[in-house]
Amino acid sequence: MKMKSLDELKKLREKAQETIRLREQEEGTKIVVGMGTCGIAAGAREVMLALVDELQKKNLKDVVVTQTGCAGLCEKEPLVDVIRPGEPKITYGYMTAEKARSMVTSHIVNGQVIGEYVIAREDSGD
Amino acid sequence: MEFFRSHVLVCSGVNCSFRGSRSVRAALVEEIRAQGLDKEVRVIETGCFGLCEAGPVMVIYPEAVHYCRVVPDDVKEIVEEHLRKGRIVDRLLYKGEAQVKGVQTWRQIDFYSRQKRVVLRNCGLIDPDSIDEYIAREGYEALGRALRMQPMEVIQAVKDSGLRGRGGAGFPTGLKWDFTARAAGDQKYLICNADEGEPGTFKDRLILEGDPHSVIEGMAIAAYAIGASKGFIYFRGEYKLSIDRLTHALEQARAYGLLGKNIFDSGFSFDIEIKVGAGAYVCGEETALINSMEGKRGEPRFKPPYPASVGLWGKPTCVNNVETLANIPSIIRQGADWFRSIGTAKCPGTKVFTLTGNINNAGLIEVPMGITLREVVYDIGGGIPHGRAFKMAQTGGTSGGCLPEALLDVPMDIDSLATAGSALGSGALMIMDDSHCIIDVVKCFLQFFRHESCGQCTPCREGTQRLYELVDKISRMEATEKDVELIRRLARTMEDASLCALGQTAPFPVLTTMRFFPEEYEAHIVHGMCPAGVCAAASQIA
Repeated sequence: MKMKSLDELKKLREKAQETIRLREQEEGTKIVVGMGTCGIAAGAREVMLALVDELQKKNLKDVVVTQTGCAGLCEKEPLVDVIRPGEPKITYGYMTAEKARSMVTSHIVNGQVIGEYVIAREDSGD
Repeated sequence: MEFFRSHVLVCSGVNCSFRGSRSVRAALVEEIRAQGLDKEVRVIETGCFGLCEAGPVMVIYPEAVHYCRVVPDDVKEIVEEHLRKGRIVDRLLYKGEAQVKGVQTWRQIDFYSRQKRVVLRNCGLIDPDSIDEYIAREGYEALGRALRMQPMEVIQAVKDSGLRGRGGAGFPTGLKWDFTARAAGDQKYLICNADEGEPGTFKDRLILEGDPHSVIEGMAIAAYAIGASKGFIYFRGEYKLSIDRLTHALEQARAYGLLGKNIFDSGFSFDIEIKVGAGAYVCGEETALINSMEGKRGEPRFKPPYPASVGLWGKPTCVNNVETLANIPSIIRQGADWFRSIGTAKCPGTKVFTLTGNINNAGLIEVPMGITLREVVYDIGGGIPHGRAFKMAQTGGTSGGCLPEALLDVPMDIDSLATAGSALGSGALMIMDDSHCIIDVVKCFLQFFRHESCGQCTPCREGTQRLYELVDKISRMEATEKDVELIRRLARTMEDASLCALGQTAPFPVLTTMRFFPEEYEAHIVHGMCPAGVCAAASQIA
C-alpha cells in the first residue's frame, strides 16, 4: 500500500497506536487480577481472559490488565481490583467470566461500581 | 487485530546480544508457548534500552517492570511467576550500589528518569523491524509536513532550531544544508555518515539498530531541503545488525511509498542506497568517506572545495551524522522553539553519549546539552564501581581530551568542553578510576592513531609514529625534559600542518593530560616511577 497523503498516514497511525498503547500509558485505569495458586484454582485465568477480551471488544484504550499474587483472602478468589485514577480501589470477590464482563460495562465504562460483588473498598492514601 | 495483555520487550541491541539476549528471547517464546500464554503475551525484540551494563535487559508491560542480566535459565521463573501469576521476580530487578531493594519499573530507575530522550525516544520501546510501530509514534508525520513546505522553509526551521552536527565537529546543520542547496548543479547527494570509528563510541550503531526509520525520515527531509534525489548511508562494515535492520526498514518505507517516486504525492522523489566501508577510522572524515565511496583510497581531500560544492562524483553533497539526522523529524514536528527549550543557548537539544569504562551503569544515554559531567558520572552513571576513586573522563573519544576530577562540574556541550580543553566530539565518554596510569592510557590512544593514520600527509604519518615513541619512552622511564619539549613542538606541527582532523587532533590526549596531570608526567620523567603501578619499570620497584 502506497501512502498518498498525511490523512492516510494518520489513519494508519491511529490503527498502529493500538498495538503499542500498552507500553506508553503511565496513567489510566488498572484492573488487577489475583493470580496466586488459589486464584488460578478458583478460575482467575478465565476471569482475566474474559476481561482482556471484553476490553478489546469495547475498544477501551486507557485500561490495562495486570496480575498480582495471593492477597491472603483465598476464600473469596478470584479477586479483581479496579483502580481508577482519583478513586478508591475497589476489590471484587468470587468473580467469574460473566461477572467480569458485566463489571467492565458497568464500572469501567459507566463508572457504576457493582456493589453486590464488592468485598473491599480502599482509599489509595493520597 | 490481535490484542495482547502483556508485552515483553527483549533488548536485541548489540551489547545485550553479546550477553546472550537472543537465546533469552528464544527460550522465552518457547516457554510462553509451553505454558499456553502465547495468545495473551507478545514477545518483541527491541533496540537498546541503554543500560548495557545490566544486560541482557528485559521490560515487561503494562507494569513496565525492568529485569536485568536475564539468562535463559531465568525464563521459566519469569513466565511462571510474572506472566502467569503476576508476581515480580525480585532478584532480577535493578539495584543501585547503595540500594537494598530492587527498583521495579524502568521509569523509577535514576539511570532512565534523569535522561531526556529525543533521538532515543523509540529505542527500547518499539520493534525496530516494524514501520507501523514507528508510525504509531508519529513517524513520517514530519516528512509529510516538510513536503508541504518550501525547501528553504525547511532549512530555515533547522537553522532556527540551532541544531549542530553530532558527529564531532558541531557545524550548524541548517547552514550546511543551505550551502548545499545553494550550490550550482542539478544532481545533488545526501550522505548519512554511519562510519562510527571513534573508540568507545557506538551510539550511531544503536540508533540505527533501535530506530532505523528515524534516520530514514531525517534523510528524506534533508534531501528534500537540499534538493537531492539520491541518498547514501555509509556504514561501518562491522555493523551487521544495523545494516540488516536498515535494509529491512528501507524495504518497508518503499512499500509504503515513503521512499521512491512522488512521495506523498508531492512530486519529490528520493531513495537511499547502502554503502559499506572496510573499517578505516579516517573514512569517518567526510572527504575520505566520499573517496572511499567513489572506489578510491580512503584518504581525505584538500579543503576547500568543501563537499557542499564539490562532493561525491564532483557534485554538491551534504554529509550528516546519524544522530544529527535522527533529530530532524522531531524538530520539524515540534518546532524550533521546542528544540531550543532543551540544552543550552549555543547548543540546543540533547546529546547521545556512550558511557564506558569504570562506571556502574555503562551504556547508552541521552541528556540535555549542558548537563554537568558530575551528573552524568554519579547520577546517571551510578558512580565508580568497587569503591575506587574517579581519576579522569575522556570526552569525545581518542581525539578528545582527558578531564580531571577538578573539572567534574564542566557543562557537557560543544563550547564548554572546548573551553575546558577537551571536546564533545561524537559522544564517547570513557571513565577511568585511579587504577589507571595516565601515561599508559595515552600510549594506548597513540597506538590507535599510529595505526589509523592513512599516511597521506607527512605531519600525521610521521607525527603519530614519533609521538607514540616519545610517550612510550616516558612509560619506560627513559624520557627527559627535552622529550617533553619535543612533544610540544611536534604537537604544534601536527595541529598546524596535518591535512585532516585525524592528525590535527592526535596530539590532543597528550596535551590535555600534560596540562591536567603534570604530576604523573613528572613522576615518570623525574622520579622514574609510575604512581598507579602500571608502567613496566615501576612494577619492578613495587
